[in-house]
Amino acid sequence: MGSLNIENVKKAFGPVEVLKGINLEVTDGEFVVFVGPSGCGKSTLLRVIAGLEDSTSGRVVIDGADVSATPPAKRGIAMVFQTYALYPHLTVKNNMGLGLKQAGTPAAEIDRRIGIASSMLSLEPYLARRPAELSGGQRQRVAIGRAVVREPKLFLFDEPLSNLDAALRVNTRLEIAQLHRRLKATMIYVTHDQVEAMTLADKIVVLNAGKIEQIGGPMELYNSPANEFVAGFIGSPKMNFVDGARLGETAKTIGVRPEHLTVDAKSGAWMGTVVHAEHLGADTNLYLDCEKAGLITVRIFGVYNAEPGATLYATPDPARTYRFGADGKVLK
Amino acid sequence: MSTATHSLPRTIGAHVVLLTYTVIALFPVIIVIMNSFKSRAAIFGAPLAPPTPNTFDLIGYTTVIGQGDFIHYFQNSLVVTVASLFFVLLFGAMAAFALSEYRFRGNSLMGLYLALGIMIPIRLATVAILQLMVMSGLVNTLTALILVYTAQGLPLAVFILSEFMKQVSDDLKNAGRIDGLSEYTIFFRLVLPLVRPSMATVAVFTMIPIWNDLWFPLILAPSEETKTVTLGAQLFLGQFVTNWNAILAALSLAIMPVLILYVIFSRQLIRGITSGAVK
Repeated sequence: MGSLNIENVKKAFGPVEVLKGINLEVTDGEFVVFVGPSGCGKSTLLRVIAGLEDSTSGRVVIDGADVSATPPAKRGIAMVFQTYALYPHLTVKNNMGLGLKQAGTPAAEIDRRIGIASSMLSLEPYLARRPAELSGGQRQRVAIGRAVVREPKLFLFDEPLSNLDAALRVNTRLEIAQLHRRLKATMIYVTHDQVEAMTLADKIVVLNAGKIEQIGGPMELYNSPANEFVAGFIGSPKMNFVDGARLGETAKTIGVRPEHLTVDAKSGAWMGTVVHAEHLGADTNLYLDCEKAGLITVRIFGVYNAEPGATLYATPDPARTYRFGADGKVLK
Repeated sequence: MSTATHSLPRTIGAHVVLLTYTVIALFPVIIVIMNSFKSRAAIFGAPLAPPTPNTFDLIGYTTVIGQGDFIHYFQNSLVVTVASLFFVLLFGAMAAFALSEYRFRGNSLMGLYLALGIMIPIRLATVAILQLMVMSGLVNTLTALILVYTAQGLPLAVFILSEFMKQVSDDLKNAGRIDGLSEYTIFFRLVLPLVRPSMATVAVFTMIPIWNDLWFPLILAPSEETKTVTLGAQLFLGQFVTNWNAILAALSLAIMPVLILYVIFSRQLIRGITSGAVK
């Protein structure tokens, strides 16, 4: 009741090709996150799914039906926008009910669905207010509520948390995760924030320059990235990349995550000087300028006292070191 | 009171400049209104003096209301102005929406073409317009004036409104599309209310030249039936004798409707001019 197939979708704006042939399968009830740097085409892909942009070629299939020529309102989708996009002249209640009213749903049914959605998102006290009288977090909840009442086959989220402050972002992220668990609906979520992707997704689609780099579960992408781009994009702080030749390796590039390096004051593989130390309480990030490896980041769990200028030795965990070939792909 | 942003000499200086400008701008209008309430002898005797009990005379107003069909002229002016304004705003906004919202071949050329009218005065085409109106049998009708004024007002309206329409959030329009609103509903219910201040700006810029125009009423609709106020006031301008009382009274009366329309729009107008400058 909520599957999605994207078959060889291409999109070009004039001579600029934004999507270069996307193939993707989403099964019913899955939470899929599109992640990638800005300009990678993730939002465009979402808009093609929504029907707000026509694809240049390829098919979009929702629930077995080709919707490539169906207008957005008839695709059985609902979308939550980054800028909330609430109707400024309507109350919260009418904002949520407008889509159903347009579709000719009976008033009693609209009220019932608004009741359920507003209690789910604790919006009951605000139903009579206009968007201008709400805070940013409340507005985004209304926008989510507007999507929920439509009971769509497919929920589409376009960077819904980007306009919220950090604390609210964590709360709303949690609410979206709970919503997915409760509704068991298929959701597609676009973000440039890999933390959101890791915490929410069943399946992550990493996009770069209009192409899919890798599709997989969060841990799959973390543990076995297919290439250098995915390895660098997933995980924070970013994976360290060292020129293979400098280490006397055959691989073009050696990658090791900051948390898979250990430091010792006396001996180790790479000798370096502490450039800067970030103390976060639960962990400490050290920036080391190494003779062999260049500038690397080391993440140590817990407190570690290191003064800038001190000499330390960093040692990578050999079982968790990635080797990349000249084409950027992982060497087995 | 903080002195960092408000210094007394500077405040006084600013007020002096602004008051001087206000006096200069209002001077002719006040002279017209003042003299419209005076007798003929007083108008020429002391044109700058306000009416006194001795010189007070309503002869101008009684002439205007008594002679000719001035109420009817007012009606004509109002019909022409309001109808032209309505069409300029409607078609201007629709064209602006299309130019700012849809990607199509020749979009920017079309925008340029529609804006070209700002630079070319419509009066250059008077002869052709007159021929056109004669052929289509529209001479001496208000329709002729409305059509011409709509054409005259559209370029500026399209130009200003399309800039403002570009600022309306795409997400909002897309949310409407997903909720199943038609393009017309999106335009009328979502976009138009958000560009209301700029519509008021365009309305004022469009309205005043239409109300004050003498050229096209004189050429296209000079009949008694279709005379506008500005043309009607010419009645009192004779070759040998000019009835100044009546002309001043007619002009004073002609200010009123346009002033009322201006007041209605101006509350929106302030926001139109400053929007974007301050968030």
